[in-house]
Amino acid sequence: MTVQSTPRILGAALATAVLVVIASIKLNAFRDYQIAEIAIEVTAVAGLTVLTGLSGQISLGNGAFMAIGGYTTALLMLHLGWPFVAVLVIAAAVTAVAGAVVGVAAARLHGPYLAGATLLLGVALPSLADAYPGTFGGDQGLNVVFTAPGFLGVNFPLTRWQAWVSSAVALVTLVLLANLARSRIGRNWRAVRDDEVAAALAGVNVARSRILAFVVSATCAGMAGALLAIVTGLVAPGAFTITLSIALLTAAVIGGLGTLPGAVWGSLVIVLVPTYATDVATSHGLSTAVASNIPLAAYGVVLILVMLLFPQGVQGGVRWLLGLFLISAVPNRRTADAPDVPDARPPAGETPAPLAPPHEKEGTQ
Amino acid sequence: MVEFLQFTLSGISFGMIYAAIALSLVLIWRGTRLLNFAQGGMAMFTTYVAYEVIRHTGSYWAGFAVALAAGVVLGAVAELAVIRPTLGKPEFNAVIITIGLLIFIEGLAGILYGGQYRSFPAAFSVIGLRAGSTPLGVSRFDVFVAVAVLAAALLLGIGFRYTSAGLRMRAAAFNTTIARLSGIRVARVITVGWALAGLLGALAGVLVSPSTFLYPNSMDSIFVFGFTAAVIGGLDSPAGAVVGGLLLGVALSYAGGYLGSQGSDLTALVALGILVVVLMFRPDGIFSGARVRRV
Repeated sequence: MTVQSTPRILGAALATAVLVVIASIKLNAFRDYQIAEIAIEVTAVAGLTVLTGLSGQISLGNGAFMAIGGYTTALLMLHLGWPFVAVLVIAAAVTAVAGAVVGVAAARLHGPYLAGATLLLGVALPSLADAYPGTFGGDQGLNVVFTAPGFLGVNFPLTRWQAWVSSAVALVTLVLLANLARSRIGRNWRAVRDDEVAAALAGVNVARSRILAFVVSATCAGMAGALLAIVTGLVAPGAFTITLSIALLTAAVIGGLGTLPGAVWGSLVIVLVPTYATDVATSHGLSTAVASNIPLAAYGVVLILVMLLFPQGVQGGVRWLLGLFLISAVPNRRTADAPDVPDARPPAGETPAPLAPPHEKEGTQ
Repeated sequence: MVEFLQFTLSGISFGMIYAAIALSLVLIWRGTRLLNFAQGGMAMFTTYVAYEVIRHTGSYWAGFAVALAAGVVLGAVAELAVIRPTLGKPEFNAVIITIGLLIFIEGLAGILYGGQYRSFPAAFSVIGLRAGSTPLGVSRFDVFVAVAVLAAALLLGIGFRYTSAGLRMRAAAFNTTIARLSGIRVARVITVGWALAGLLGALAGVLVSPSTFLYPNSMDSIFVFGFTAAVIGGLDSPAGAVVGGLLLGVALSYAGGYLGSQGSDLTALVALGILVVVLMFRPDGIFSGARVRRV
């Protein structure tokens, strides 16, 4: 199955890349900007969905890792003037180290204690920018200058180039994560999530597995932060509030926790719905205060309803629809060939799962 | 030395508010093994209720009483409407639901009141008290804050210890199944726990809003620190919540006072440092019992 599905993942990624390129040329600059926004969101949410959905650790502070990535990018581009590719690699490396540090602390913590520590991290880290305005520019933040490369011609719109760069990073991230999730590492994560004791007995190094999940998740968030820096042209503490971290978690949950296509669905919802809802509200003559808060209230309701009624999110629905067609076509074969994680059930947290063998269960439904 | 006294006293005053939030979180945690992320949002909303009542009646105490009552109702309604259906499902679902509740309440407050900061009245004078000629750094109102929270905590403690309702709550927190088998209506006990938590949250909201102003996100940082206090103390221990709140309040007050101009920006970082150090040595908080992991 692994041999078959790698080309499949690559195919899906290539197809999406072609779609993005066509869409970005057809659509206007504002839509290009939205494509970039979605790609940034996908990069960060994919990392979070792996951490929470696969390894079973909650993080309410991934916005802090985005801040680290964003500020690293801004500082490197400002002071050293490096090309973005090099900056992206460094930003990813720096956040990976930060993720490892947090992961070491997190590996000992469970449930609410972990949620608390990461929440506080998300609140505390951006305040460093205010405390050291000389380095980080304080509330105003740092400006980032990013231009399209010369060979594309002078008339090439910057937003389109930003959309391309962001989408490329997002797609590469998704492909790598998809492979990681189906590898031994991914299986270990799920084993630890489902039953820590059973996983340890089966020879999984629980602490190392959990720390690695944090590193991967932080790296994704760091790259998303780097992209955010070049797309918005600004890194400021106001962009990395706790609202951002919660929006990431919202996207992961709405899309379907633990599934990479779910990260894409969730990102689409979280980027497109507010713009749409605000447009509709203002066109109906509502004040801006009302218009800007309607999506917020709506998210809350959606989040509650999704968890009460469809805990598997959008991707769960998509899979159910696909299943209606596929089951009749391919009898008795599991759906594990899909380029995502077979076991989409939300993490059990500390509830004692039945002592299932810590490998993938077949035909769980 | 005078400075030290001032920082300590004002730290205690803020710490009592963190303690109130922490206590409300502990109440819910003991009943449902769930962390209520909407606690701060609910407190913010009941403070808006108080704001409306005070605006219309002109009486502070009417607003105060209505806010506490609204807290009780909001806590019970939240539990019955969205938490009850998740019992028996993975805890994670309920956690996400409380986050959804938080976002919803903040959005609703934004729709109703907009984002502007509103000033909220204090019950007593906020002019600093003096001992002779030395300023103490606290006002009459700060003293009221400390006394109100301490009274609420003591009443709760006495209620838990000496009333049959308190005994039922302790039994339900100790072991749900055994409590149910002995004829305790655990579901009702949990609702009461949420209602009491709502009351404590509402109290914290009314008490802190004169110093933070009132806006849809006004309780966010208070919640985060209250939560930190609860985690430091150990989520199972009401006494730990109060001690954790006081420790955190005083520590943050010293940080804000002694670290110079950067101090006030670094409070969250100092809190994070304290949290990490405490959890490194006691992963379940200071007042936690022996660690038991279910297999």
